[in-house]
Amino acid sequence: MKNLKLYIPVAIFVALALTMWRGLYMDPRTLPSMLINRPVPEFELRTLELGDQLASRDHLPDEPFILNVWGSYCLPCLQENPIFMAAREAGEVPIVGINYKDTDDAAREWLDINGNPFALNVVDDSGRFGIDLGVYGAPETFVVDADGLIRYKHIGVIDYRIWDEEIMPVVRALQSDTGAEP
Amino acid sequence: MIPELGNFSLILAFCLSVLLAIVPLVGATRDNALWISLARPLTAGVFVFLSVSLMILTYSFVADDFSVQYVAANSNTMLPLQYKITAVWGGHEGSFLFWTWMLGAWMLAVAIFSKAMPDAFVARVLAIMGMIATGYTLFMLATSNPFDRVLPLPPADGSDLNAALQDVAFIMHPPSLYMGYVGFSVVFAFAMAALLTGRLDAAWARWCRPWANLAWAILTLGLSLGSWWAYYELGWGGWWAWDPVENPPLVTWLLGAAMIHSLAATEKRGVFKSWTVLLAIMAFASSLLGTFITRSGLLTSVHAFATDPTRGVYILGFLGFIVGGSLLLYAIRAPVLKSEFGFGSLSREVFLLANNLILVVASAAILLGTLYPMVYQAISGGDLISVGPPYFNTIFVPLMGLLVVLMGVGLISRWKKTSGRYLVQQLGKVAIAAIALGVVIPVLLTMDIPLGTIGVTILGLWVVFAIGKDIALKTANKPTRGAGLKSLPVSYWGMQFAHFGFVLTMAGACLTSIYSIERSVLLQEGQSADLGRYTFTFEGISPVQGPNYIADEASMRVERDGDLLRYLYPQKRLYTASRTPTTQMGIDGRFLRDLFITLGDPRQDGAWSMTLYVKPFVRWIWIGTLFIAFGGILAVTDKRYRRYKTRQRAGQAPQGRTIELGSAPEASV
Repeated sequence: MKNLKLYIPVAIFVALALTMWRGLYMDPRTLPSMLINRPVPEFELRTLELGDQLASRDHLPDEPFILNVWGSYCLPCLQENPIFMAAREAGEVPIVGINYKDTDDAAREWLDINGNPFALNVVDDSGRFGIDLGVYGAPETFVVDADGLIRYKHIGVIDYRIWDEEIMPVVRALQSDTGAEP
Repeated sequence: MIPELGNFSLILAFCLSVLLAIVPLVGATRDNALWISLARPLTAGVFVFLSVSLMILTYSFVADDFSVQYVAANSNTMLPLQYKITAVWGGHEGSFLFWTWMLGAWMLAVAIFSKAMPDAFVARVLAIMGMIATGYTLFMLATSNPFDRVLPLPPADGSDLNAALQDVAFIMHPPSLYMGYVGFSVVFAFAMAALLTGRLDAAWARWCRPWANLAWAILTLGLSLGSWWAYYELGWGGWWAWDPVENPPLVTWLLGAAMIHSLAATEKRGVFKSWTVLLAIMAFASSLLGTFITRSGLLTSVHAFATDPTRGVYILGFLGFIVGGSLLLYAIRAPVLKSEFGFGSLSREVFLLANNLILVVASAAILLGTLYPMVYQAISGGDLISVGPPYFNTIFVPLMGLLVVLMGVGLISRWKKTSGRYLVQQLGKVAIAAIALGVVIPVLLTMDIPLGTIGVTILGLWVVFAIGKDIALKTANKPTRGAGLKSLPVSYWGMQFAHFGFVLTMAGACLTSIYSIERSVLLQEGQSADLGRYTFTFEGISPVQGPNYIADEASMRVERDGDLLRYLYPQKRLYTASRTPTTQMGIDGRFLRDLFITLGDPRQDGAWSMTLYVKPFVRWIWIGTLFIAFGGILAVTDKRYRRYKTRQRAGQAPQGRTIELGSAPEASV
């Protein structure tokens, strides 16, 4: 009995190894199941554009749109920006930014320098809204449908391939759904 | 043709490793002198063929052989020669080859510097290291061969080395980090051999100590260089980010520190034997875990490219075999290792035990924080969370504070039994002086009551004074102070250097986090910005052409209290082959403070964004680690680790004789 405690290290290690083995087969990019087809969580937050007026879900577009979590400190966001700018100029889809754990000054400066592709920038400086959204870190991107339900989530940077092959097909499908409905 | 020779050489190294893992071990069990004597030649063979492989890979880089996939992915014709050579360990496959070669080098060192030990024991040690080498070479051959070719159509030019890695510190960082990491396999092999034979005495501990010290000292340098590289190359103004990739080496470092202290008690007093063995296993396991984490993409994959799970599965299987096997062996065999002596409730043993507990708790907490997101995801089935610096700081800072308090007491306490009155007598004045000066100095310097700074100063002075007091006590009985100082053994000085360095690093880390200031500004040519006592003036931008990059270089005039201090030239670089932008900091480093400028981006109106930093005491962090590493290496040179060798040689003692010599009495430390 006394010697059983000597087996504690090996038992801990086996538990850890099994978890890691499972972890290997986890795709970190998959959408957390709890968020599929669920509405965007409620929020009351400042924006970079609306001054003192707080924004809520009512301020989000009533057509399919993209929700992008970004920050001025985030290098990959810089890489995504030209893709979003092109989408804005072509009028493909509205993009709402969530300025995540950032300062307003730094964010405004970043938008000045790099261009602002966002229809609206919700300020989540505390990261509280990010927790509700299940955000791991900037950048993350959600596709939201006309009813405000989250339909797709992408963790990490978006390049042209991901944009063309993963994001836009979802957006177009949602847009044609809406178009057929009235 | 030449890369194929490298591949062939790697296969030979693998075959010899397999033989090394089996033959001497069987020989030692069956007492077959011939099989035992094969351990050293086989080790030399493994090392030679690993060296040939490494040289051929280096040659492929220097000769721009882009038909080798690894070279094409990590080099470029325009890359300067020194970076072509360091690119050998700039990517996954090459760093594994380099790592395995380091293992071969440690094995060879053990084979050469082990004449004092019984041959059967050395055979077991080398066989266990041979098992590790088998695992690594097989891993390379099976899943990540650096000699894989891109045929029949090789690219005309390579895609260049990761721009952030084209740097002087990076030339040194991985070699020292790997060398320290891999060095723990030596102590691990010693511990396994002790478990197999059931023989763990003072002689064993004495053989282990130099290897443990050396590995740990080199790991200290590796960590320090990594932090230094992150500080001045990545340009975010920090020096440690609690990143999942940098945490595992720190865990190994903490466990290694615990092991060094526990080994001291095992050697001097014959206590903590099975604990020392467990620490040796854990330190090596954490180094393997570090490999697993960084190389499998387990934790970093979130914002990286999709990774191939076969590699992860392989490393995990290897980890399971080595660590699981050794822990199982430990559980079965540890009851054999009995402590020879008891000790009082106030003694150096107790303080060493407390030190070990703190270090192990700290490393467990860091490991938990590093792995928690992954564990959470595996259990909850998909949700991701992150654990940030606040968690690590909350746990790590108080633990280190406690460690520093105990460090002073532990230094003064004696082996076996120390009276409480003796401690109070010796440390009372030390404590009073540390508290008095620790309060007065910061208050006078800042004309304020900065509580954090006062705490740091008190703790720092406490250890410094305790070191002084201990030296005074140790030399008190000698006729003159000079003779007394000379009589102290080299390893004692090593210990004091390392302790002083640790306190310096901690003080630097705390003070820099208290006093650092930063400011982001947009400056037009001719405009200036104030930060603290310093004024930074932007005097224009000029283009710079590097060998494989183009850059914009800002000219920044720095004034202190209105007097010109110097000019700094931060750059914004674009590496042409990979189209990667990087920033090159402008740094003015002094003993008491660093000035630090990162250049951002231009705006249409000609203004540039930049971030200015004043970071007092930041340099102490790295200076302290140099003291630690120097102390560790100094301790290795102590001649008492070599005494037994010469004695044996002179007397032509039969093999195994050294064991009896192990119980010879020793001076303190």
